[in-house]
Amino acid sequence: MSIRERLSGNEASAVAMRQINPDVVAAFPITPSTEIPQYFSTFVSNGSVDTEFVAVESEHSAMSACIGAEAAGGRAMTATSSNGLALMWEMIYIASSLRLPIVMPLVNRAISGPLNIHNDHSDAMGIRDSGWIMLFSETNQEAYDNLIMAHRIAEHKDVMLPLAVCQDGFITSHSIENIELIEDDKVKEFVGTYQPEHYLLNKKEPIAVGPMDLQAYLFEHKYQQAEAMRNAKKVILEVAKDFEKLTGRKYGLFEEYKTEDAEMIVVCMNSTAGTTKVVVDELREKGIKAGLLKIRVFRPFPVEEVAKALSHAKAIAILDKADSLNGAGGALFQDVTSAMYVNNIHVPAINYVYGIGGRDTTTKHIESVFDDLAEIVKTNTVTNPYRYLGLKKGGNQ
Amino acid sequence: MSNMIEIRWHGRGGQGAKTASLLLADAAFNTGKYIQGFPEYGPERMGAPITAYNRISSEPIRIHSNIYEPDYVVVVDDTLLESVDVTAGLKETGAIIINTKRDKEHLQKSLKGYAGRVYTIDAKKISEEALGKYFPNTPMLAAIVKVSGIMSDEEFLQDMQGSFKHKFAKKPEVIDGNMKALEMALSQVTQIQ
Repeated sequence: MSIRERLSGNEASAVAMRQINPDVVAAFPITPSTEIPQYFSTFVSNGSVDTEFVAVESEHSAMSACIGAEAAGGRAMTATSSNGLALMWEMIYIASSLRLPIVMPLVNRAISGPLNIHNDHSDAMGIRDSGWIMLFSETNQEAYDNLIMAHRIAEHKDVMLPLAVCQDGFITSHSIENIELIEDDKVKEFVGTYQPEHYLLNKKEPIAVGPMDLQAYLFEHKYQQAEAMRNAKKVILEVAKDFEKLTGRKYGLFEEYKTEDAEMIVVCMNSTAGTTKVVVDELREKGIKAGLLKIRVFRPFPVEEVAKALSHAKAIAILDKADSLNGAGGALFQDVTSAMYVNNIHVPAINYVYGIGGRDTTTKHIESVFDDLAEIVKTNTVTNPYRYLGLKKGGNQ
Repeated sequence: MSNMIEIRWHGRGGQGAKTASLLLADAAFNTGKYIQGFPEYGPERMGAPITAYNRISSEPIRIHSNIYEPDYVVVVDDTLLESVDVTAGLKETGAIIINTKRDKEHLQKSLKGYAGRVYTIDAKKISEEALGKYFPNTPMLAAIVKVSGIMSDEEFLQDMQGSFKHKFAKKPEVIDGNMKALEMALSQVTQIQ
């Protein structure tokens, strides 16, 4: 029997970490993820975990300590947001290229500047090409569930890559909501123990970690990283199948909400998906064939699967909670449209940059997106694919 | 989700509006409901206006945005009436509850023609009498439970007794005072319109 609780997204993440009981947690506080190491440190103090908690002096050191611990053969975790992730930047790439399956809750917040503590996905988009598996979470429940599944994915011998579990800062991280927790012993059994193949503290096999790697082999090692990322897709689905047996909760690479016969589909990630579901239901009551495709696995990007799932739509809108500032659309838009092009599927597609710096996204905003899609279906023309949602008139006020 | 109740709290930093919204979420959760309790974070400082929200439903809640058309508004500090548009979007089928000594005549201007139900409560008097200190959030929590009918008085008091035992585990001497403040508020919240 699961445990009916009410927790914020941060509390839920900290509870998942308590149940996972990693060997090392190294963290530095930054809003809005601060509560995760804060709650976790109380679990350390009261002895409900036997984790070595390292209160480091920066996020760069947090990731460095996790790399050291993981390379030694331990299971290491941290948590961060926004500029904390930016300060980890150098070590983020070291973690993935050394094939260290570190797991990190990433509570999404706008990257400075100017300074803003609120939610968007500009922090996460900074590591989209860094070789980390990235899972996105609509709710506190999904943030928790994704963390429980994380180590099984990251530590799989065909993967061995670090993994970030994203959720929306404040919107889910600080909202108290219902959640179903799994019993401690069941989590322990599900997650299992980490048995690395090669590790520094194995006296039978002395190894070097992270030496110079020049023209002769770096290319091959990068190829192996890319292969590992491709392999992750299969492993993610296998782990999800086991998780469903344990909890009854079904996870895929993405969630399709009423897309089966949908003519208009919105694609988005994290909490906006919930608000979109409300709008889809309202439109369905009026007989309008609306649907939602919520990306859960952003890295690896489920190229063929996304393209197939959107192939029957008459118009789609891809919502990016980060502006790539490149004149060519947001990151999710580029991934989705590229996936469709490569799979020879052409559906009119538009991009919206939305929710920047915590700008609230309401059902009215989402309704306006479906209105725009209806217009595209009607006229069969896309006048401007690069749009903004919730931007003040003219954008200059 | 027609059975969903949406509540907006207006208070000042330090008065416990956020805590009250979380306690209300807790109490509703304990009666088997689906809940959301979340503050609108800004540059939080003591005394600055803050907003917090609740959604309470018998079905899972999926929407993740602020509340613009609440069923109920709770004003924890009546000095906000001059600076904050507290009735903005408030449904006329709902109600507003204000912590104030003022009468209907003196509140009229701030309510901007709101035609729904209006309740007042002197949370300062209740708090000072029951707790010896000014913590308006406890009486306001009872007032919103009473006016919204989210749960019965008995269910609420029983649940809060449990919550306070947990919350004030290190200072049990304040539990009785807080319970008294809740009981007084349940009986003293008054409909003036």
